[in-house]
Amino acid sequence: MTTPLDDLFVKVRAENRAALIAYIPAGFPSIDGCKKVIQAFVDGGVDAIEIGFPYSDPVMDGPTIQAAADTSLAQGTGAQDVFDALKAATDAGVAAVVMTYWNPIEKYGVEKFAQSIADNGGSGVITPDLTIEESSSWKQAVEKSGINPIYVVAPSTSASRLPQVTSRCGGFVYAASLMGVTGTRATVSSGAPDLVARIRTTTDLPIAVGLGVSTREQVKAVAGYADGVIVGSAFINALLNAPNEESGIAAVRTLASELALGVREGR
Amino acid sequence: MTTVDDLAGHFGPYGGRFVPEALIGALEELDAARIKAQTDSTFLEELAQLHRTYSGRPSIITEAKRFAEHAGGARIILKREDLNHTGSHKINNVLGQALLTKRMGKKRIIAETGAGQHGVASATAAALMGLECVVYMGEEDTKRQALNVARMKLLGAEVVPVTSGSRTLKDAINEAMRDWVTNVETTHYLLGTVAGPHPFPSMVRDFHKIIGEEAREQVLELTGRLPDAVLACVGGGSNAIGIFHRFISDTDVRLIGLEAAGDGVETGRHAATITGGSPGVLHGNRTYVLQDENGQTIESHSISAGLDYPGVGPEHAYLHDIGRAEYRAVTDAEAMHAFALLCQTEGIIPAIETAHALAGALQVGNELGKDAIILINLSGRGDKDVQTAAQYFGIPL
Repeated sequence: MTTPLDDLFVKVRAENRAALIAYIPAGFPSIDGCKKVIQAFVDGGVDAIEIGFPYSDPVMDGPTIQAAADTSLAQGTGAQDVFDALKAATDAGVAAVVMTYWNPIEKYGVEKFAQSIADNGGSGVITPDLTIEESSSWKQAVEKSGINPIYVVAPSTSASRLPQVTSRCGGFVYAASLMGVTGTRATVSSGAPDLVARIRTTTDLPIAVGLGVSTREQVKAVAGYADGVIVGSAFINALLNAPNEESGIAAVRTLASELALGVREGR
Repeated sequence: MTTVDDLAGHFGPYGGRFVPEALIGALEELDAARIKAQTDSTFLEELAQLHRTYSGRPSIITEAKRFAEHAGGARIILKREDLNHTGSHKINNVLGQALLTKRMGKKRIIAETGAGQHGVASATAAALMGLECVVYMGEEDTKRQALNVARMKLLGAEVVPVTSGSRTLKDAINEAMRDWVTNVETTHYLLGTVAGPHPFPSMVRDFHKIIGEEAREQVLELTGRLPDAVLACVGGGSNAIGIFHRFISDTDVRLIGLEAAGDGVETGRHAATITGGSPGVLHGNRTYVLQDENGQTIESHSISAGLDYPGVGPEHAYLHDIGRAEYRAVTDAEAMHAFALLCQTEGIIPAIETAHALAGALQVGNELGKDAIILINLSGRGDKDVQTAAQYFGIPL
């Protein structure tokens, strides 16, 4: 059985381009505003959406996503809001996954969480702080519910460890472009193509690159060697910098359509 | 009976590693370095010499006879970690990890601190060994522990006030983790408690277990027998595990950890993680956590910055579950009563953290009666707390 995410990568491979994956935390800029952002992503040509589960202690995130998570949590965003946002994305016709730190999954119930992802049309879950050593209950849960477990690999991941991590992945492998936290940067790390090449020797799965990718030029460059390009903080900055929610959402739509050109220009 | 962590750092269901993949390499490098050091006579001698000639080990024990009159007449024995260089037990771990940092060829250490004791100890070790040192400290804590901020700066460290989240210890740890993910190649994260991802809980315990090893011998020599109970305050739990560990196999010795109840566990404004929390994952390990129904960390509250933490070391979680150690909660008011009592009966100003253990001794002494022997880890001195205590007791400054 394949997920919409699996199908998406078959499609973009056939079109000889990379997929554009956009990130937004559930409940940001507001519970309702998040659903409008999702529609703006789709209208702008985003291929897949990553719904963030805002968390109180996001050690992989820089100031931009921390600020978004704080705003979201202040409105009381919980698991149900995450599933609702996921459903809004899948109802809009794109592949969607959730990105969450581990504790909210454990608190919700590991098996129940995976099943709720599937029940809302979600393709998988990105787990940035779940190491493969601690993943046995998660492995069982994702197999049972038929969703993709997506792990992050880093430039520091050793040659011996890399195949152990990628063999646990489904949907795609998340390649962290650099050693650091999320956030926009002037340039994409030169280590990213090397990491993608190293990952390719261990798996046939698609590889998506995230961390520090924010402009059309950067997207174009990454699309030259990766199967997917993940953009998060740039969209959140567009929302944070806008005078109001409506103009923020318009800015998201504009940025998405620009970046959608970028993923088509890379090869 | 003993608690042995497995190779992946589990204590029963607790501990382990829940971290970004980017840190795995550094954690494995650290684990290899500390395992090698455990049997390396050069390392062990270097550390032992620093203990003898720099931090002042072995620390003495003091029998607190006048304080004991308020504790049911039980014999109260204080293990004087407050007399260590820098004023607390924290130096034990810091010297060990700083030596490991040099062995790993790293030139920069980062640390988190709550009360400032671990930050001061880290800045001290960095100065001694010529390492660059950056200390992350919640902005709230930089205000209530201004004296320690100045100490760290005098020692040449950079202090970064953390303005995210609740602006206390948990957020300082988040910020240190973010720095580490970014600079891991050149930087060692000198974590100050028995929490965090493996190998920190085991490694930090091993650097502190000397407290219990010394104290066990000293109490035997003084009294001719083992104590009935060993007490220590528990935030992350480093001083407690340090004094408990040698006694774990002495099954007749009760091990009692005192958590910070703040305004009272029932008020929700507390830092009593085992008493009032539930199992979850925080800062890289599975343990007891103060959390809501969505797994979001709940902010902790305590008059003591060093205990103001919504998690606890995973070995404590395990010792609690198997019933080998007991954990009780002491309110701000009870701790400050014991603080004043020790000042006025023994001429010792304890850290407010430590005062929680002293308050526990007043309870336990009255429960056990006059034939009992109670060993308390006097984990830190209260110089840094003079301002907080003066405000609490209405002494004009």
